[in-house]
Amino acid sequence: MTEVAPSYFLVLAALLFSIGVVGALTRRNAIVIFMFIELMLNAVNLVFVTFSRMWGNLDGQVLVFFVLVVAAAEAVVGLAIILLITRRRESANVDDAHLLRW
Amino acid sequence: MTIGTLVFGVAFIVALGSAIAMLFARNAVHVALFLVAAQVALALTFLLQGAFFVAAVQIIIYAGAIMVLFLFVVMLLGVDRSEALVEPLPFQRPLALGLGALLAAGILYLAVAGIDAASTITGDGSGALLALNRDPGNVLALARVLFSRYLLPFEATSALLVAAIVGVMVLARRVGSISAVAPRISPAEEREVA
Repeated sequence: MTEVAPSYFLVLAALLFSIGVVGALTRRNAIVIFMFIELMLNAVNLVFVTFSRMWGNLDGQVLVFFVLVVAAAEAVVGLAIILLITRRRESANVDDAHLLRW
Repeated sequence: MTIGTLVFGVAFIVALGSAIAMLFARNAVHVALFLVAAQVALALTFLLQGAFFVAAVQIIIYAGAIMVLFLFVVMLLGVDRSEALVEPLPFQRPLALGLGALLAAGILYLAVAGIDAASTITGDGSGALLALNRDPGNVLALARVLFSRYLLPFEATSALLVAAIVGVMVLARRVGSISAVAPRISPAEEREVA
């Protein structure tokens, strides 16, 4: 076990999560937005592992598995939807799909 | 400086650097590769904190399976599609950057200030985790928690996975008359319609 304090790991997770939020808000390509969401989920996983170490039990590490499963399901369904949209309108740009916008 | 501090420093720099590079990479394939680098660096930080099995799963499933899926879709759609630089909302980028900085400041404050208060409650669990990793081993201890206290959520995730599989099969199914039901719309035509 490392002697690096848990707060350093939490700082890394906070920075990665914020970068993920900024990326998901600014990028236009739907697949790239999905990748930033994966980055945010990864940052949350780091928080779980760090808290697991602080408490000295394994609950946090078990929760990482659930995050992983949800991330996998979300990626599969989301990518299928993106594929369908792209097949229909030949662009993965999220601004092109605005028929329902006021 | 010990080896653990050194490894953490390397993982910190690689993870943060590739996450920032993700923001500026124009090509979707480059974004995916930077994300893989960030995930491998995160797996290092998992290893440092005694989460051995989680680190292995992170590399195999995240950096392996999920990112291959992403790259597959990027390649399927064509890598040469550059992002449109038109902004439908003015000031969206600076606004997102400002709000993101605000969010980072907020979480950082919680992480640095709140952690001291929290660690007075939790204490330092490193010793307990080390003992768990040594006596039954990380994988065995993890399996005991997962298949006893978290058995019901574990079964629920299997339902979630089945739902995802069925959903993807329904979405990906090619009906013969799909073009008759929903004709292909090009952005130009759509503008005319609107």
